[in-house]
Amino acid sequence: MAPIFEQSSEWNFLAALFIGIAFGWVLERAGFSTSRKLAGVFYGYDFVVIKVFFTAAITAALGLLFLNFFGIFDFEMVWMPTTYTWPTIVGGIIMGLGFVTGGFCPGTSVCAAATGKLDALAFMGGIIIGIFFYSFTYEPLWETLRASGKLGKVKIGELIGLNEGVAVLAFIAFGLFAFWLVDKIKKVYNIKDVEY
Amino acid sequence: MEDKSKKYMNPYLAGVILGFVIMAAFFFSGEGLGGSGAFKDIVKTTVVNVAPEYSANSHYFKSAVESEHSPIKTWLIFEVLGVLLGGAISGAFAGRLKLKIEHSPNITSRTRIIFAIIGGALFGIGSQLGRGCTSGAGLSGMAVMSVSGFLSVAAIFGSGYLFAWFFRKLWI
Repeated sequence: MAPIFEQSSEWNFLAALFIGIAFGWVLERAGFSTSRKLAGVFYGYDFVVIKVFFTAAITAALGLLFLNFFGIFDFEMVWMPTTYTWPTIVGGIIMGLGFVTGGFCPGTSVCAAATGKLDALAFMGGIIIGIFFYSFTYEPLWETLRASGKLGKVKIGELIGLNEGVAVLAFIAFGLFAFWLVDKIKKVYNIKDVEY
Repeated sequence: MEDKSKKYMNPYLAGVILGFVIMAAFFFSGEGLGGSGAFKDIVKTTVVNVAPEYSANSHYFKSAVESEHSPIKTWLIFEVLGVLLGGAISGAFAGRLKLKIEHSPNITSRTRIIFAIIGGALFGIGSQLGRGCTSGAGLSGMAVMSVSGFLSVAAIFGSGYLFAWFFRKLWI
């Protein structure tokens, strides 16, 4: 029964290292170590972010659903975020602004820095600065907001009244529509590729 | 042969592989993938060690002071070390290891670095407020079909599209 490793066992840390290697490898293979390719998603010249990101989420959502049906995976036993609406929305807006200015997100910046991108290294330094700022201004600025809008550990299916399987199916349909749409947008507006 | 190896992978294939990596994280460790969490662990460890008294009284650092194990020895720290290794290995095999500052021809390296730091800082703040970044809150949250994951992704990308026009000179 999953999860296989105990939380603070040495094996679990070793698993983390190997899972991270696979994560970094696939990010680099997909082209996520270049900020200009990543930023393309916001300007329509490269939608690889949408394609990789949603394919991954759908694959994992469907896979975990099947493992759950087979009785070898229990959602109660693994990490599941508690939904806090307001801090998630405000935090997301701040991160979106960070994405169009910095061109990376934290995971991709680490991968890019590993291939020698100095701008990614600067971005990583920025993350540290941002967390220092947040931590020292936590009580006056963020503490109340961060605890607001608590919905609990709620799944999207429960919220809109679909059973788990149908919710995943709807997610797949949404993904396929998004993939079709982004290719269509690039074609219709004749958006040129950018060299990088 | 060499040319072929330098090309990027089909995005859908990369997505499926990444999906299996996420599944492996949940299956073996009961954890989602993450990015910003490791940076938080570094900051917490630093502050707790440099200023233990301040930390004990700070609402943000208190949990790290009271924790039994060191905040630097976490699942996410090892995972992110892995990302560093995996990225370097893949880059080496594909012939993409090169020291450079990548930027649009319309801006200088200096501008690129300044905005990279600003973007990173915004991600640092946003990920703390939003309980994780694109991978931790968004991708892993969607994998378990959590409302939080979908909300986070919608906010990050929605905001990106909203502000993209103002920063277009940085990229195109």
